[in-house]
Amino acid sequence: MTPELGNFALALACCLAAGQAVLPMVGAQRRDPRLMALAPALAIGQLLALLYSFACLVHSAIQDDFSVQNVAANSSVAKPLLYKITGVWGNHEGSVLLWALILGLCGGAVALFGRDLPSALRARVIAVLGGVSAGFQLFCLTTSNPFDRVWPAPMDGQGMNPLLQDPGLAFHPPILYTGYVGFAVPFAFAVAALIEGRVDASWGRWVRPWAVAAWCFLTCGIALGSWWSYYVLGWGGYWFWDPVENASLIPWLTGTALVHSAIVVEKREALKIWTVLLAIGTFSFSLSGTFLVRSGILNSVHAFANDPARGIFILGLLGLVIGGSLLLFAIRAPSLTAGGVFAPVSREGLLVLNNILLCSICAVVLTGTMYPPFMSLLFGKTISVGKPFFDATAAPMAIPLMVFMGLGPMMPWKRAQLWPVLRRLWWSGALTMLAFALMAWRVRDLLPLLAATCAVWVIAGSIADIAERIRLFRIPVGASWQRARMLPRAALGAALAHAGVGVSVLGLAAMSQAQHRIVEVHVGQTEMLAGDAWTLTDVRAAPGPNYTALIATIEVRHDGRLVTVLHPAKRTFASQNQTTTEVAIHTNLMSDLYGVLGDRHENGGETTYVLRLHYNPLAPWMWLGGLIMALGGVLSLSDRRMRVGAPRRAATAGLVATS
Amino acid sequence: MTRKSRRLWLVGGCLIGLGTATALTLSAFSSNIVFFMAPSQVHAHPPSADRTIRLGGMVVAGSVRQQKHGDTPTNQFDVTDGQDAVTVHYEGILPDLFREGQSVVAIGSVQADGSFRASEVLAKHDETYMPKEVAEALRRSGKWDPRYGKPPDAASWNSMTKTATSQDKAAPQHGS
Repeated sequence: MTPELGNFALALACCLAAGQAVLPMVGAQRRDPRLMALAPALAIGQLLALLYSFACLVHSAIQDDFSVQNVAANSSVAKPLLYKITGVWGNHEGSVLLWALILGLCGGAVALFGRDLPSALRARVIAVLGGVSAGFQLFCLTTSNPFDRVWPAPMDGQGMNPLLQDPGLAFHPPILYTGYVGFAVPFAFAVAALIEGRVDASWGRWVRPWAVAAWCFLTCGIALGSWWSYYVLGWGGYWFWDPVENASLIPWLTGTALVHSAIVVEKREALKIWTVLLAIGTFSFSLSGTFLVRSGILNSVHAFANDPARGIFILGLLGLVIGGSLLLFAIRAPSLTAGGVFAPVSREGLLVLNNILLCSICAVVLTGTMYPPFMSLLFGKTISVGKPFFDATAAPMAIPLMVFMGLGPMMPWKRAQLWPVLRRLWWSGALTMLAFALMAWRVRDLLPLLAATCAVWVIAGSIADIAERIRLFRIPVGASWQRARMLPRAALGAALAHAGVGVSVLGLAAMSQAQHRIVEVHVGQTEMLAGDAWTLTDVRAAPGPNYTALIATIEVRHDGRLVTVLHPAKRTFASQNQTTTEVAIHTNLMSDLYGVLGDRHENGGETTYVLRLHYNPLAPWMWLGGLIMALGGVLSLSDRRMRVGAPRRAATAGLVATS
Repeated sequence: MTRKSRRLWLVGGCLIGLGTATALTLSAFSSNIVFFMAPSQVHAHPPSADRTIRLGGMVVAGSVRQQKHGDTPTNQFDVTDGQDAVTVHYEGILPDLFREGQSVVAIGSVQADGSFRASEVLAKHDETYMPKEVAEALRRSGKWDPRYGKPPDAASWNSMTKTATSQDKAAPQHGS
């Protein structure tokens, strides 16, 4: 019964979403307050129906209801409870429902937190979100219904791919999807603004918090995904330039550009048309990312759905959303009043530069990702581009980006002089030079060296920004502290996010100096790597809940002192006839010791084991940096000026003009 | 600064950004594109040793051997598309999903002696998924038609390759 209720709730949500798409829009056109007032009610109703529907699916999974096809195909009695719950979104149907649920949450959030928006704008924003929701829910209901029944019901499910049974992956999709879907809100704002034909400073102020929030989730999602592939796949790598990974990186790049260009709209009422286009583009890339993943047109290890009917539906939906919004943009954008043009040396000038560089990197990544499938589609040639391509293209453009990142926050608005800014940054420049000299001693490769130097520059630049704002060491420390407490959180958040980029890049640069060895050893043998002695002391078999494991014990000693004991393992899942590798990682935040147990060989009575040993300097910094970036975003979201309700108090004049 | 010259700065900045991106992309394309080849193509047109390619096909059953050079273990196995087989040398741990008689993609280069030195070996992701390029190569060589079910099992691949040269024109095997 529960699955039928869930199915009904999903259908109900779809109907509510369709109503939400049409009625408030008509209301806003006719200036009918009753129809416009329907928008939040419908959005909340849709959200409740979706929550109920999702709860029904989770319930079926926990109860092991194998008459539900989706549960039978992806779960089994022996699966631990956590993975029964998280397994709900570990497959195509469930993940589409999760996607729809998060979109519903976005609509609900605009309904709840957007009370201070002008009613027509709010009605239109919610209506656009409703339209996208209705499309996705229809997709879920017609081509990938998670509540489909199977008859006769099997006694036990087929179980889940053991590779996916991991806490990191369990929570990765919801966070990543929130990032993807979150950009639906700036998209809806952009479309609403195009329909209204008006974009002004307050529009920038309203759209920015939503963009920042989505950006935080996307940043976290990408970092978590990269961390997952680092410790689960056991190749010692963290980013494979896989099409699916690129599909998340592309909206992140344009989203980062959007977060910055919205500032220019808010402060200077310039770059308005460009910002609208970025908002549309970012969500379009998010949608295409889903499309690429779901339809499997890009061959990738992540592709688990390969069904043409779904592909065509999604392609139609994509064409409607992206094509429709771009058409609207083409028709309405010329009627938007163009903003001011400004001096190249100024804060807004550097923000434009940031946008140009980010979008160029995005174009390069997009080309590298789309070129192989198009070549195979048009010319039947099977080619691929990998890490060398992206290293040769994206990295050289990221370096100027970071150079200007250090300058940007110190640059005054409107018209600036380069020299005073550089003078205030003298000590961070000196620090960067010192770091360069120290690193040039050790690091021979040019690109990692430059990247690490730029990372130091970015971190020093953001510290200098804050130090300058609180006039550190120029006024008494107590007074500086007072200023620090009064500092707008948005400024602190921006500095933190920039520092996070620096931390990540330092980690990436250091990882290029990582060392690894693949050795075949017998129990008791010692191997050296990066000054540490790794000794295999024991290998034993141990049973697990739905697998059997072979667990090795490796003692790592540095100058005779025991550093750590690692337990890498190999698990064999009998039900799927699969093995997974359990990596053992010891971290002290400055470096990771990473051990993998490989094959077991019997030759001439002696048993040997293949081990893969890695020494990864600064590896945790890559993800730590992502976390710091997201924290910076959250901090600036907590700024009162960023809150949607705040304009009433902060800038009454601007608001009166628009509402 | 006049409005016109400011606009010029903006347009110039965009052009420089996009121009650099295009130049970098084109130069990287000329040197960093990796072509996919099936074993029969490798034999027909051997790529130069400095060129990285993706070699795809099925692992010949019974061909996997381990050797030890010093402390470093080396795996050796044959990859076939049913017409020809190429011997692959790979230093490292084979992926968990690597199986004899199943599809595999090896990234590396062809050595002067005709063997293939892989820097990376990718095995298929699950029971039903075969790398698209491998499926395509097998279909082209006439050894497997996806419409007639799963690829032939390891044993039949084995017999097909052992006599591959003499059975080149053999009728395509359909079904499993």
